[in-house]
Amino acid sequence: MLASLILLPAISGLAAFFLRHPLVRRGLWVTAAAGHAALVALCWIQKPEPVLDGWVALDAAGLLFLSLASALFLAATLYGVAYLSRAHAPAASSETTEEDWLSPAPESVFVGCQLLFLAAMTLVTVSHHFGLLWVAIEATTLASAPLIYYHRDRRSLEATWKYLLICSVGIALALLGTFFLGVASASVRQGQPVALVLSNLVQLAPQLQPQWLKAAFILLLVGYGAKMGLAPLHTWLPDAHSEAPSMVSALLSGALLNCAFLGILRMHSVCQAAGMADFGGQLLTVFGLLSLGVAAVFILGQRDFKRLLAYSSVEHMGLLALGVGIGGVAAFASMLHAVYHSLAKAGLFLVAGLLLEAYRTKDIHQVRGVLRGMPVVGCLWVAGFLAITGAPPFGPFFSEWTLLKGAVDQGRFGVVVIVLVTLAIAFIGMATAFLGMSQGPSNDSNPAPTPPPRWKWMVAPPMVLLGLTLMLGLYLPAPLKALLMGAARTLEGQ
Amino acid sequence: MLMDFILILVLLTHLRLLASSRLGACIRITALQGILLSLLPLLTTEHAWSARVLGLALGSALLKGVLFPKLLFRTLREAEVSREVEPYVGYGTSLMFGVLAVGASFWIARHLPLPAPLASQFLAPVAMSGMWCGLFLIIARKRAVNQVLGFIVLENGIFTFGAGVMGELSLLIEMGVLLDVFVAVFLMGIMVFHISREFDHMDTDRLSNLKD
Amino acid sequence: MTSFVPLVLGLTLAPLLMGVINRTKAFFAGRQGQPLLQLYYDLWKLLRKGAVYSQTTTWIFRAGPIVGLACAVAALALMPLLRTPAPVSFAGDFILAVYLLGLGRFFTVLAALDTGSSFEGMGASREAHFAALAEPALLLALVTLVLMVGEKSLSGLMGNLDALHWLNSGPALVLILAALFMVLLAENARIPVDDPNTHLELTMIHEVMVLDHGGPDFALIQYGAALKLWFFASLVVSVALPLPEMPLALLAVAGVAGVMLVGVGVGILESTMARLRLLTVPYFLLGATVLAAVALLLTAFRA
Repeated sequence: MLASLILLPAISGLAAFFLRHPLVRRGLWVTAAAGHAALVALCWIQKPEPVLDGWVALDAAGLLFLSLASALFLAATLYGVAYLSRAHAPAASSETTEEDWLSPAPESVFVGCQLLFLAAMTLVTVSHHFGLLWVAIEATTLASAPLIYYHRDRRSLEATWKYLLICSVGIALALLGTFFLGVASASVRQGQPVALVLSNLVQLAPQLQPQWLKAAFILLLVGYGAKMGLAPLHTWLPDAHSEAPSMVSALLSGALLNCAFLGILRMHSVCQAAGMADFGGQLLTVFGLLSLGVAAVFILGQRDFKRLLAYSSVEHMGLLALGVGIGGVAAFASMLHAVYHSLAKAGLFLVAGLLLEAYRTKDIHQVRGVLRGMPVVGCLWVAGFLAITGAPPFGPFFSEWTLLKGAVDQGRFGVVVIVLVTLAIAFIGMATAFLGMSQGPSNDSNPAPTPPPRWKWMVAPPMVLLGLTLMLGLYLPAPLKALLMGAARTLEGQ
Repeated sequence: MLMDFILILVLLTHLRLLASSRLGACIRITALQGILLSLLPLLTTEHAWSARVLGLALGSALLKGVLFPKLLFRTLREAEVSREVEPYVGYGTSLMFGVLAVGASFWIARHLPLPAPLASQFLAPVAMSGMWCGLFLIIARKRAVNQVLGFIVLENGIFTFGAGVMGELSLLIEMGVLLDVFVAVFLMGIMVFHISREFDHMDTDRLSNLKD
Repeated sequence: MTSFVPLVLGLTLAPLLMGVINRTKAFFAGRQGQPLLQLYYDLWKLLRKGAVYSQTTTWIFRAGPIVGLACAVAALALMPLLRTPAPVSFAGDFILAVYLLGLGRFFTVLAALDTGSSFEGMGASREAHFAALAEPALLLALVTLVLMVGEKSLSGLMGNLDALHWLNSGPALVLILAALFMVLLAENARIPVDDPNTHLELTMIHEVMVLDHGGPDFALIQYGAALKLWFFASLVVSVALPLPEMPLALLAVAGVAGVMLVGVGVGILESTMARLRLLTVPYFLLGATVLAAVALLLTAFRA
């Protein structure tokens, strides 16, 4: 079962590289996405057995992020098929006629990499061995880099280069951290190597050597934190998430950042079990607050609406890290917030894609009167704004509220004040942008939007995603709640 | 004793990379370093060479010694740019930094509380100096190819440290790491080619259109 | 225990070393080449000549070659050959040796500046620059040797350096040897730092400083240069060949053979390499310093 979860998208991805006919390729893409989602749904009903000596297993946190990734991928696929099927070729350079191993046909690479990306993310969520986790996270970086470069222009090239280099260097440091973890465990059984499997390490945690464990945690936090977008390692994020095509941005913000977060969570649970919860918690809190601050500053006065959404991702990743750092109820709030943020951010990016198609610009000041020009899209845009800034009755309001409550319970009022101030600043920044874009008449100085063909197909996925954010905010189904509590409990080292 | 010689040679390649002013020389030195490091598993195993160890050594030697330079040279050739390293930090200063980094690595390695003694006393310092030199190359050189080489050197250093400290890593993980590094370098090579084609240069300091 | 053998051998056989180098270069060039004893004939010829001194020079100009030779002889008195100790040895004498050579070079530079000619000044500035860069390499290498062997005098160092050191610290010794050889090339104005056979003043470094000296002064300068080369060559040989205790005669023969071998090596290098551009010579010397520094680190951090 677990093997098929990974192999289905992987094999489909490899096959997509070789398929020539676009319709067959897209059909394969949709089928693989739907199949993957179905398998994940099965996993909800019946938990699969661990394989490979516990290297690959599905626990609560893993299932949570896997479901998010799968759902987002399905939505992005439906959007993407409509996006690709319009007669709008990317700005390919004129030298593609040469026999060139460096630039094959863009769309097959795109679809293939998308599926491989899903396979890599799946592998991240199910790997319990730290080495395998590393391989998987690096694989996600490598699979998503060509996706960012889809438009083949200068800006996306620059964004891809930054992404590839910064994330690879960060993840290389995480590899060092993994090795340090191995050294920390080497002293437990003289001579016998200890497998770096999560359950093993949690069990042996009190016997691990503390200095090496601390060093390992720092390196893993820095490495995977760079991938997750925690400040000050976030510099690649605004570029990559804004230059990629919108469905890729949705996946990157909604699913990939969560996968990196999962890596940090795994390490944190080992630290918790070893009794170093304070040490890890402090570091996570600092990074979280820093991300919130940096994101808030850059959201004010932002000119590019996709970049705005990217900085908002940094902000919310800061919230996630903060929640886990504080612990207790705030950890549960973190998990809940991960769900809401993924759904809302993915929906927002898809709507942003529609806006980009319609208005042909990413400049906030040049887009005006969306509510009048394209009412459905405008409503979704405003709804998304309300959701992502934490306005009730959307989900993020409840998760942020719970997080703050957890902080207050522990008496950390300074943290609460900083969070409230940064969230307020971000709200102001985003309000000026979003509302300015949505309202106003579309007159001569601001051209009327031209909705792209098949836009009704493209509107459906974000509508569903934002609708889910609203519904799940109002009513949290029991299985989901149980899963979230289970995920929060794994952080306590159980 | 042989291992000591190999590790000192690797250390010298690190320093040579910092002082090199030609891209072609840099690529060849990195390839040599890769080949030297791939010999290490053959020397660390106490028991006889199994097929797995031989395969790993051969595979990584081929990858780092043959495939990577071929890839990077091809990129350079197709891009047709000048093969001069353009440094942010001059070669003399880079070399000074390199020597300081080597000294720091030796000092740190002396004070590392390792659970078991390593196969060679130079393993930890050389690996650490590789990490420092790799990071320095990424930061202090303008050319994109140099950054790729810095990344390769960084990974070499980390992997050497890991393989030395943790003894026998699982085959799957070693293969996975090698594969990841290969694909990373492959993608980076493609990106460098596109950068030079799009921008008519390979200087990453001119890649600053995206900013706030 | 002291012995005059290394000093006597150096004083008598240094010109032969130059002849060996020239003969090697001729062999590589396919020529017959000068006779091996050519420098002896040259010195004899020059000593019997008169000298003409410019009106613009002072006593420094006349003192330069004398001080240079005196320093070279004094430094050679400190230098052992393989295990045979030198006539003079005390703790820290390696620093004295290095700076005696430095004093000689200082006076040569002064004499060159004394002429008031721009060519000599150019040569003097280049020579001073390169010597300043070569000095840390030489000192670091010697300090590393001191650290490794534990003796603080040159004779003690070479006397106690044996095959066991090579077995234990092989890599460091190889680096030291490389650094010392590079310093040899730099201090003695050999290719790749300077071309001793060039006759274009703009490309000269060492030659141009001694351009205005003639007759006996030039003989002193040539002889001093040969002694300096013998000094460095015996330093290299003593580090490279850790021979066990042997009778004096055998050691002397082995030492002379080793020094001549170094000469052959220099000749081969001169025949196969070209001179480095002036701008890259500092990097060459920086490389020597780095090698010596790495050797020092390896020795200092030995477990």
